[in-house]
Amino acid sequence: MYKNKYRVIVPFLAPAVILYLVFVIYPYARSMYNSLTSWKGVSSHQPFVGLYNYGRMIQDELFWNALSHNLQYLLFIPLITISLSLFLAFMITQRIRGNRFFRVTFFFPQVVSVISIGVLWSYIFHPTIGVLTSLASMLGLEPFFQLLGFEGIPVWMGDPRTVRISIGGVVIWQAVGFYMVLFLAAMEAIPQTFYEAAILDGANRWHQFRHVTLPLLWDTMQTALVFAALGAFDMFAITKVMVVSGSSTGRPADVLATYLYEQAFEASRFGYATAIAVSLFLMMLALSVFTMRVTRRETVEY
Amino acid sequence: MVDKQIALSGEKPAGGRGYARTRRKIEDIVGMFWRGIIYLFLGFWSIIVIFPMVWVIGSSFKTTGEIFMSPWLPPAQLMWDNFARAWTKAFIGQYLFNTLVVIIPAIFFTLLFSAMAGYVLARFQFPGNRFIFYAFLGGMLFPVMLALVPLFFLLDSMHILDSHFGLILVYIAYSLPFTVFFLTGFLKTLPNELLEAAIIDGAGPFQLFFMIVIPLAKNGLVSMAIFNFLGQWNQYILPLVLLTDSNKYVLSQGLAFLSQQQRYQNDWAGLFAAIVIVMVPTLVVYVLFQNQIQRGLTVGALKG
Repeated sequence: MYKNKYRVIVPFLAPAVILYLVFVIYPYARSMYNSLTSWKGVSSHQPFVGLYNYGRMIQDELFWNALSHNLQYLLFIPLITISLSLFLAFMITQRIRGNRFFRVTFFFPQVVSVISIGVLWSYIFHPTIGVLTSLASMLGLEPFFQLLGFEGIPVWMGDPRTVRISIGGVVIWQAVGFYMVLFLAAMEAIPQTFYEAAILDGANRWHQFRHVTLPLLWDTMQTALVFAALGAFDMFAITKVMVVSGSSTGRPADVLATYLYEQAFEASRFGYATAIAVSLFLMMLALSVFTMRVTRRETVEY
Repeated sequence: MVDKQIALSGEKPAGGRGYARTRRKIEDIVGMFWRGIIYLFLGFWSIIVIFPMVWVIGSSFKTTGEIFMSPWLPPAQLMWDNFARAWTKAFIGQYLFNTLVVIIPAIFFTLLFSAMAGYVLARFQFPGNRFIFYAFLGGMLFPVMLALVPLFFLLDSMHILDSHFGLILVYIAYSLPFTVFFLTGFLKTLPNELLEAAIIDGAGPFQLFFMIVIPLAKNGLVSMAIFNFLGQWNQYILPLVLLTDSNKYVLSQGLAFLSQQQRYQNDWAGLFAAIVIVMVPTLVVYVLFQNQIQRGLTVGALKG
């Protein structure tokens, strides 16, 4: 197009590439190296210790404590979020009046920041001013909770047994609308003729859903699963804002991200913290590859 | 739906008129029952979504005394003073100002730099083109957690730690991967003829870019502006690590800080008002631009 195209290419690419190299690529690369040092941040001296941090990590009970919580989230959050959002998306596509209203409403929590959501819910869970404890006692749920081994209605965020259920519930509450919109977009892209053909073959609503909608949604489901799984491995902002650090529920709510943040910016163990961060990254990478593999099937093109 | 099902399924009512009528009636009842169940579920979830927000808005007008009395009672009087306190004494106004100071330039330059890079990557062939494209794409794989520690010390050594300028640069850098990826795809679809005609008319490369390419890419740029606005507005971990001076806090960080503080100061009413001030504007913007925002936010997950 131009005589010397590099006169265009270089100045157009330069700002993006330079910023990206300096603030994104360099820190990532540096992290990999830092995890092999016992750096405390005070001096520029960074003693090389090889895999020592990783060895220490494996013996660190608090690391396993945090990791086990991520795994619990991983087990429940994606499954519940995706089934619930798929279910709601299916209901909304049943040509009912007011579907526009539901579509807009269910997405609400997604546009409010995680921080506002976290603060908001920590007051809903609050034992004296919160609305949830009051609701539970109005519904006479006290005996039910006693049956489960609680003294009465649990103090949600203040009880090690319920703190993760509470946080997980908030995450699901916020995410459902997002995945629902994702599924709705994919469902609406399915040509109507497919359903008409299915109806001609005598398929009822459930059969239509099971044999037409679901197979054609598979790609979107896969993406959604990877997203939700990675989300369960993060949980930083919501945990950080809902749990007061150093409180009795601090440790029971720990996840890898909050634990590594604490190790880095509160305990100044930078080398150790980056070792945890590198492990977190490798686990997330393995998790996405694993999810993609396990859910891979012949995708149906249309 | 039900009627259509009968019509399309090809089943002819067998037992004459009376049978057809009964059958129609049964179908109607089943249809109503089905509809009822759908509304029950959808209505239930609507309440679960809306109630917490309404409750916070209601509480933000109460006095702290009323908040402790009962979570259900409406405020006796609308305490507008809560909002004034949240705005000035709790510094929500300051945090909002800081947020705007950071994200307006951050979004502007994210879009500009990404469009420039995307334009070159989409429309010029040169060795390394694919490599640079995939290098940007690869950035999306890494969690920000992994970069935090080196980023903190990098900004410290550049003397831009604890400054809005430093945060702006970091926001731009971390918004680049997806924005470049998206805009490269978008700019590939521009019609060639238009660009060539402009070159023949003697447009220089910068003229071409700003006068022709940018206006043509408007829709893509708007999507990315919304996507990055919500991402940067809600960003928490980067400011948490990179800004330590509480006068410089951005909104999300300030609200989190406030809620941890207020636990000791006991101005619950002010805190509820603060949440409302942070929450309501984004909800209003969302209701006004719901379609673009739903598309803008889910665009990251949908296949290109």
